[in-house]
Amino acid sequence: MTIRIQEKDFDISTEIATLRKGDPRVGAVVSFLGTVRDMNDGSQVKGMTLEHYPGMTEKALQDILDQAKARWDTYQTLVIHRVGPLLPEDQIVLVVVTSAHRGEAFAACEFIMDYLKTEAPFWKKEDTPEGARWVDARVTDDASSERWVKK
Amino acid sequence: MKLELRFFASLREALGVAQEEITIPDTVKTITDLRIYLIERGNPWAEVLAENKVLRCALNQVMVEASTSLKENAEVAFFPPVTGG
Repeated sequence: MTIRIQEKDFDISTEIATLRKGDPRVGAVVSFLGTVRDMNDGSQVKGMTLEHYPGMTEKALQDILDQAKARWDTYQTLVIHRVGPLLPEDQIVLVVVTSAHRGEAFAACEFIMDYLKTEAPFWKKEDTPEGARWVDARVTDDASSERWVKK
Repeated sequence: MKLELRFFASLREALGVAQEEITIPDTVKTITDLRIYLIERGNPWAEVLAENKVLRCALNQVMVEASTSLKENAEVAFFPPVTGG
């Protein structure tokens, strides 16, 4: 399991190659790449700044990856999340999961992303023509993470 | 009891405080008690931590319910719902 919080950009090809290198058990690699949009809630977004809680953010992500590992039969998991100033089209977050078969990797990747959205302490502040504003959490994100709760 | 308080994002900006060491009286036992204790300082605390504001809290860097008991020398953080990803 690899967790990186960083200001600098990343290369998805390099990250995937590194993650699956030397592991011939891997038959499936699923990745999610989140990028900055230029519109949100009806306003143009010129850029944004991402704040986090150093220490807790890493712990929260570790806990999410541990939960995914316990639920699905996966080999490697990777989360990279950028912080600091970002512009539209910039890469924000990368989640990669490797496994023997696609089903486990798809499910684990989606679970990690849904929980990251509601449990990992990151906050976005957008720069819009009306001024800077903190992004409100979405109710739909809570619903996305709650659907993973075992009934 | 001594605590290390941390505030993030919109709360940090509105309070003008990122971090603070505090000694609380014995009557303040839970995170909810602490929130009320801070509200009693008056504004901007009363407004930012008002009960109708949806906040999250963490005790020693783990997200917890507001009913959680405080611990000596704990790090207690208040922040808005998270918006990463």
